[in-house]
Amino acid sequence: MRLGQTPWQTVGPFFHYALPHPGGADLTAPSEAGARPDLVAPGHAPLPGLSAATAGGEAIVVQGRVVDGAGAPVPDALVEIWQADAQGGFAGGRHFGRCATGDDGSYLFRTIRPGRTPGPGNSLQAPHIAVGVMGRGLLRRLVTRIYFADDPSLDEDPILALVPPERRGTLLAAADGAGGYRLDLVLQGPGETVFFDI
Amino acid sequence: MGLLTLGKAGLGAFRQALSAAELRVGPDGRPAARLPCPLASHILSIRMIEPDLFAREDDAAHPASLSEAYRSTALRSPGHRPIRIPQTLTETSGFTDWSQACAVGSADLTRTAGGEAIGQRILVAGRVLDEAGRPVPRTLVEVWQANAAGRYAHARDQWDAPLDPNFTGAGQVVTDDDGRYAFESIRPGAYPWGNHENAWRPAHIHFSLFGPAFATRLVTQMYFEGDPLIALDPIAQSVPAAARDRLVARFDLGLTRPSYALGYVFDIVLRGPAATPTEA
Repeated sequence: MRLGQTPWQTVGPFFHYALPHPGGADLTAPSEAGARPDLVAPGHAPLPGLSAATAGGEAIVVQGRVVDGAGAPVPDALVEIWQADAQGGFAGGRHFGRCATGDDGSYLFRTIRPGRTPGPGNSLQAPHIAVGVMGRGLLRRLVTRIYFADDPSLDEDPILALVPPERRGTLLAAADGAGGYRLDLVLQGPGETVFFDI
Repeated sequence: MGLLTLGKAGLGAFRQALSAAELRVGPDGRPAARLPCPLASHILSIRMIEPDLFAREDDAAHPASLSEAYRSTALRSPGHRPIRIPQTLTETSGFTDWSQACAVGSADLTRTAGGEAIGQRILVAGRVLDEAGRPVPRTLVEVWQANAAGRYAHARDQWDAPLDPNFTGAGQVVTDDDGRYAFESIRPGAYPWGNHENAWRPAHIHFSLFGPAFATRLVTQMYFEGDPLIALDPIAQSVPAAARDRLVARFDLGLTRPSYALGYVFDIVLRGPAATPTEA
C-alpha cells in the first residue's frame, strides 16, 4: 500500500528569518548548506564550497529578477538552485543555493559554471542549473532551469528539445560580458518562463 | 527500467536477456549492461526513455497553482501547464545526509532567544516517510511559525499583536535513521490577513523538507486538529479535499509530557519510488 503525498503549501511571506542564511547564495564558499549558522549545534562542520570540491571550475554570477504577471517585481520569493560541479557530477561540495529576492525582485547566485551531466539514454545534457521558485501566492514550487545562452551544446540538450522553440529563450541566461549571466524568471504572461513537471 | 517497445517474439527473449545480462539503467541514466547481440534481431524498435526514479507529484494531493479564493495566486500562477520532462541526474540527486551540517533528533524553539517563550508549550513529533512507507533518514526539516499571539518575528509582519522577545519561531532538525524528528515549541496563534474581509489564518507551523533529491522537495504547513479556521482558510482549502487531513496534526496523549507540554503528531510523506512500470 502506498501512502499519500503530503500536500504542498505556500512558503508564505515570512520565511526570511528561518530559511535564507549567510552565504546561502554563494556556492563557491563553505556554508552550512541550508542551516542557519546561529541555529547549528556546536561541532557540526560546514560543507565545502564547489570550488574547493572540484578543480577547474569557472566562477560565475547568475542573477535576474522574479516578476509577476503584471511585470511587477516579486520581492518575497525564495529561489533555490541545484547544480552539478564543473565536471558534471554531484558528489561532494554544496550544489545547493538559496536566495530570497530583494525589494526589486532580484536574486543573485555566485557559483561555478556546471559541467555536462548525463541525460536520457546515452545523451549528454547541456550545462544547466535546476531552479525552484517559491513565494507568497505560489501554492506549489515552480521548477525551471537556467541554461547558458552562449553554450555550444544547447542544440544537443534533450530537455530543451522538449520545449517549443519559441519558448526556449525563457531558459537561456545571457552573458553580460563580465563573467556574469542574467535571466529573469517570469511567473506569468508575455515571456512566461517555461516551468517543468519533474 | 527503461520503456521498451518490443515485438511479441522479442518480449520473451528480452525477459531472458534480463536474467542473463541484468540489463539495468544505472543512476546516471546510462544502461549499465548492453543487450546481447542475438536479441537485436527480435527488437522492432527500442526507445530508451529515462525511467522515473521518483513518483511524480500527485495532482490529487497538491493544490493547483491558481486559486480564485487565494488572491495572491492571481498574478503569480503560470498560464502554461508545466512541461513534463524525464527525471535526469539533476532531478534525482540531492543531499542524502544532512547530519554533518545540522543537529540530529530534536530541537527546542521555546528557549532559542534566551528566556522562556510565552504560550502553550507543545511537542511536535513525527516521521518523514516516502510513499512506500520507508523512513527518510538524515534529512533536514526546517520549521518556522508565529508566536503565541499570532505575530511573526519578521519586519514585514505589521500586525499589532505583541512580539515575544524570547521567541524567534525558527528551528531546524535532521531526521534520525528511522526518519523521526521532534521539536518543542509553543502553540502559534491565529492571525488576520488581507486576503478577504475578516480573514484569519488558522494556527500553523511552516515545514520545509528536502528528502533525498531535488525532485522530493516539499514546503508545507501543519495545522492543528479541531481548529475551526481550517475550513475557512483559502490556503488550507486549496488542497484537494481528500488530501486535506494530511496537513492536520493530531493531538496525542502518549506524546504529551505530563505537567509540561501537549503532544501533536505530524507525519510527512515525500515522493517515493515510481510505481513499477507495466508492460504495454
